[in-house]
Amino acid sequence: MDLYEHMGKDLFRAQGIATPRGTVCRTPEEAADAATSFGGRAVVKVQVQVGGRGKGGGVVLVESPERAADETDRLLREVFAGHVVDRVLVEELLPIAAEFYTSILLDRSTGSYLAMMTAEGGVDIETLARERPEAIRRASIDPLLGPRPYHVRELVGTLPASAREGAADVLGKVFDLLTDRDATLVEVNPLVQLEDDRVVALDAKVTIDDNALVRQPDLAALAQEFPIDPVEKRAKEAGLQYVKLDGDVGIIGNGAGLVMSTLDVVARAGAKAANFLDIGGGASADTMATSLEVILSDPAVRCVFVNIFGGITRCDVVANGVLEALGRVDATVPIVLRLDGTNAEEGRRIIAEAQHPKIVSVPTMDGAAAEAARLAEAAA
Amino acid sequence: MSVLVGPQTKLLVQGITGKEGTFHTLRNRAYGTNVVAGVTPRKGGQDVEGIPVFDTVAEAVSATGANTSAIFVGPRFAGDAILEAADGGIDVVACITEGIPTRDMAEVHSYLRGTATTLVGPNCPGVITPGVANVGIIPGEVCTPGRVGFVSRSGTLVYQIVYELTSKGIGQSTCIGMGGDPVHGIGFIESLALFESDPDTDLMIMTGEIGGDDEERAAAYIAERVSKPVVAYIAGFEAPPGKRMGHAGAIVTGSSGTATAKTEALEAAGVQVARTPSQVAELVADRLGG
Repeated sequence: MDLYEHMGKDLFRAQGIATPRGTVCRTPEEAADAATSFGGRAVVKVQVQVGGRGKGGGVVLVESPERAADETDRLLREVFAGHVVDRVLVEELLPIAAEFYTSILLDRSTGSYLAMMTAEGGVDIETLARERPEAIRRASIDPLLGPRPYHVRELVGTLPASAREGAADVLGKVFDLLTDRDATLVEVNPLVQLEDDRVVALDAKVTIDDNALVRQPDLAALAQEFPIDPVEKRAKEAGLQYVKLDGDVGIIGNGAGLVMSTLDVVARAGAKAANFLDIGGGASADTMATSLEVILSDPAVRCVFVNIFGGITRCDVVANGVLEALGRVDATVPIVLRLDGTNAEEGRRIIAEAQHPKIVSVPTMDGAAAEAARLAEAAA
Repeated sequence: MSVLVGPQTKLLVQGITGKEGTFHTLRNRAYGTNVVAGVTPRKGGQDVEGIPVFDTVAEAVSATGANTSAIFVGPRFAGDAILEAADGGIDVVACITEGIPTRDMAEVHSYLRGTATTLVGPNCPGVITPGVANVGIIPGEVCTPGRVGFVSRSGTLVYQIVYELTSKGIGQSTCIGMGGDPVHGIGFIESLALFESDPDTDLMIMTGEIGGDDEERAAAYIAERVSKPVVAYIAGFEAPPGKRMGHAGAIVTGSSGTATAKTEALEAAGVQVARTPSQVAELVADRLGG
């Protein structure tokens, strides 16, 4: 779960990492008041779960409370990089002497934490990493040992001597934040040195491990603050893995790999998937009914492709589940059903005998994808 | 011969008394796997259809000589279960559990480097050597003994592709479901190395998916060290880009992690990459027939 900047900064302050003073504002009036409290000049920062805010015009310096209100009004009206905006962060301006970059993340290729720091902050770090990788100091940190003094000396080595102690302190606290709060990424760009040499986190990107939310209840509660598509919300409440896409063939399958593969096969057949929906193992009639409801509630769907490979899930059970589901949900579009694997013949026989007018049974994945694409095209 | 599990396997199931644990333990035994013990804390002394249950892995190993474990305990306790298995001297641990906190897995991963234990998973379907031993939840009835080694990140794609291989009369030496979690045990490289040195494997299949750089690193390894033919499939060409906030992930891997990038890396290493799951079995049939 990616946190908003202001949430990340709350975690920073709780850990003892200095940040600018700031106020979360949901209206232009609140933003004007916040700017006034900082002496009139301030920075207004859009709060969204996506990077590139500076380049996209989502971070604005303002010279007066009126300008703070105007910019907040503009940001709240706009959709920022596809994300709905319901709040901005208004922060005080600080006297900055130098800008750095630091991050620590769980590196999936090694299973260790990777810490990075460079004196060249506030820039496009991906470009720097590509063009002059030697400018970025890196250290691989064993999860059981934590950062050792030599790691820290190495990491702060490109910073001005006057900033190293403050930066080292931040590094230690960022690592504690990762382990205490189950974060998989903490990125600070820029980390700044003020004119009085204090080191302050001007930005905060924090990603929390979804698997660990059960033991971080206060962080799990933050999930409600993020905007969510109504269809996705309904699927989530039913415990389904659902992602909305922009095509017109609704997809239901069992297992993330098979569903991902189904999207690819449908694309090769010349159509586009309307969604990703994984019903997981053991598809009950109830799960199937909810899945069909979710998919049929999307007006873009012209055809549904149910792709089930029976492993432990038996196809005869799935076939009965689909029929039971169609007794509860009114299918408005054709449903292409592909049953293969355990008890597939029995499952297909059940479907054939039911003679449901909306179900088309196709035994192979590629054949079913072609049929789904044809039906979606015919309905367009 | 086979890799990881075989006639030598003496299976212990951690979490044997839970619903999933019991169900799959009995399926594994019905398949012919030598299931010797179960472990559930505070249930030592009971039995599951004749399989003795112990409180700890150490007790179970000392009483039965178990050398392989399948883990079905819940996500909050699964990291601990893996460590207990490693300290109990278990050689191969297949952790089926889904949803283990990533920090727990990072700690487990670090600790296992100092042990002789091989971890498969977590969030995986396990390992099967068809006709001999099944450890985990792979449906044994779709498999058939043979000479193709298979390693996959996705579980359902194993079932799908193995079924098509079997339908074409192509058997498998061992199928490894390595799991899809970011921090995991055995990967493509370790699996391919096992198959490369297994005299009863003639060809290997690897199926990957978007995210991370396991497939890219496997491609580099294949180019240098693998002499047997490899057929691959990558899922996720049409998957939406992740809603990643930071840039740090891309810096680490130096790769976009897309299906296209992975496919290109594998093809550059001489691997035949199928475009659909069905095509995998066709490519394998061509390769073995030719």
